[in-house]
Amino acid sequence: MSTKTMTYAEAINDALHVAMDVDESVICYGLGVPDPKGVFGTTLGLQERFGEDRVFDTPTAENAMMGVGVGAAIGGLRPVIISQRLDFFLLAMDQLVNNAAKWHYMFGGQASVPVTVRLIVGRGWGQGPTHSQNLQAWFAHIPGVKVVNPALASDARDLLIASIFDDNPVVFIEHRWLHNTKGYVSDDVCIPKLGGPRVVVEGQDITIVASSYMTLEALRAVQILEGCNVSAEVIDLRVLSPLDDAPVVTSVLKTGRLLVVDSGTRSGGLAADIAARVTECAMRHMVVPPQRVALPDHPTPTSRGLTEHCYPRSSHIALAVLSMLGRVDEVNFAGESGPFDIPDNTFRGPF
Amino acid sequence: MTDNTDIDQLGEEIVRNELLADRVKQVSLYRQMLLIRTVEEMIADRYSEQKMRCPTHLSIGQEAVAVGVCSNLVSSDQVVSTHRPHAHYLAKGGDLNAMIAEIHGKKTGCSSGKGGSMHLVDTNAGFAGSTAIVGGTIPIAAGLALAMKIQKKTSIACAFFGDAAVEEGVFHETANFAVLKKLPVLFVCENNLYSVYSPLSVRQPEGRSIAGQASSYGMLAVQGDGNDVVDVYAKAGSAVQMIRAGSGPIFLEFSTYRWREHCGPNYDNDLGYRTAEEFAEWQSRDPVKTFGDKLQANGALSLADVDRMVTECREESNAAFKFAEESDFPGVEDLETHLFA
Repeated sequence: MSTKTMTYAEAINDALHVAMDVDESVICYGLGVPDPKGVFGTTLGLQERFGEDRVFDTPTAENAMMGVGVGAAIGGLRPVIISQRLDFFLLAMDQLVNNAAKWHYMFGGQASVPVTVRLIVGRGWGQGPTHSQNLQAWFAHIPGVKVVNPALASDARDLLIASIFDDNPVVFIEHRWLHNTKGYVSDDVCIPKLGGPRVVVEGQDITIVASSYMTLEALRAVQILEGCNVSAEVIDLRVLSPLDDAPVVTSVLKTGRLLVVDSGTRSGGLAADIAARVTECAMRHMVVPPQRVALPDHPTPTSRGLTEHCYPRSSHIALAVLSMLGRVDEVNFAGESGPFDIPDNTFRGPF
Repeated sequence: MTDNTDIDQLGEEIVRNELLADRVKQVSLYRQMLLIRTVEEMIADRYSEQKMRCPTHLSIGQEAVAVGVCSNLVSSDQVVSTHRPHAHYLAKGGDLNAMIAEIHGKKTGCSSGKGGSMHLVDTNAGFAGSTAIVGGTIPIAAGLALAMKIQKKTSIACAFFGDAAVEEGVFHETANFAVLKKLPVLFVCENNLYSVYSPLSVRQPEGRSIAGQASSYGMLAVQGDGNDVVDVYAKAGSAVQMIRAGSGPIFLEFSTYRWREHCGPNYDNDLGYRTAEEFAEWQSRDPVKTFGDKLQANGALSLADVDRMVTECREESNAAFKFAEESDFPGVEDLETHLFA
């Protein structure tokens, strides 16, 4: 096994190639999968290599295509269904919730549904109300569905392979702002298991829990906080459901403080759930109440005049941490607010 | 679209004539319908005992569609069904004891007590599952068919659903995809005229047939008499042969009628949502009795044969209820099992 540098999107592409190569029951479909852009490059080369029976474009029919995936999975295949925008997939919630999530349980284990659904979340560039919702909490609220949302390219590859070979329905959420990020990625063809939360930075003063793109913002916040002599621990959740909260609790027992960073909206969100879980078993060890950084409870607007005040980023995380430490007045973050409209200067839009 | 054109396209006359020449097969169809009728009458009679505690939708009056279609399928063919699945499950060869135990919520039920009447399964029999959301299993059948096609199997998938399911978007999405991919799937619509208490006339425009709508997607779509098991058997038999030969999806719409209330064991004509005349007219076309009478008239069955079969079906049903009642309920240790595979 060795590693090589690749982008998150290339890592997704590599995972699909590996999975389809090692098991011919893996199929891959969705609107635009074999088109020239290949879903931000993530599906390029698949149809040429594995053929039109196993890799195909589809009608614009989210609910039926989800149901077809459930049926094909019951029939012995491992479908990977791709929706370029999570928001569009909402039409398929019936098949996901009523069939995919229930099939194994409500039929007493007689069949399983090994289907993976890749959903992509937008941010910035005016994605607005219906192109940038991270409804991860909806999916995590459904018993019987696993929810995976890796932040790092290496995890994107390994966890996608693990998702495809998991015998259950998996919703695999990719943040669009991660696709161009780079990392060291394994070329191992062994099939990993879905692993849970991981400490990505060790620290002593506070536990910051994040996932998906917000893990990167948390890591930027760690750098800001280092300049303030604050040692923050960052836990990247990676798998939101079923959630293994033990590593989070262990960390909070050490730091005494918990900040949860959510790329969804605040109320009824995942951050609230994690804060509740930790508080239930570690409240006596917490020196301040847990706090949340999340999107505000209104639709995401389009204008960057508004989104500047809407998207949480590293400065908000750092400020929340300093507030919890009682040091909010010490630091001025002028010039360090981080990106809110484009992920990096190479991004030219539109999605 | 006329019936005559469809009959020609489907080529069902060969299958019909084969059946009419095969008395053993005819008796088998009758026997299956009689068992389903007997089982469901027993469920209705005993529902008030409060031991069967789940929403239960009886298919009494609609047995011919299930039996006529499933008698053309083999165990490797996969059937999916609806909230009203008993007849489909039994006609496909589903285990009777496991079904009655499931309705009783017992651990020995086909879904280990987690599904109830509406969520039946028997993978050995090729009954892939029934679910309660209207139209919900239609794309499942297409997915099963897609898997069969990719795996180069000769099996087919079959979805049973009602007249309301074709009002759901997922039916139209699935029909388009099934035709696009030429999937080996048989769509069987049991048009019993009502969605709960809402008649077809308030849900779909007059003069437009369900089969006609299905046909517009580019698949062969045929109407038939769902209370005549011979008609169902012939049309389904021909359709299944064509699908196995690579025709792609075929749609069959069978007119039929549910005798009892939408959900539960009682008659509900007192509610006034349908007329006594309509009910009496359909009851005079009882699919079990009319076919039994025909078989006695043509000599395939004697009155003694019928009496014997009635007794056998009662004994089988009684045995299934006994099995269910003597089985254990699942316990707390079963609550979280089967959440994940």
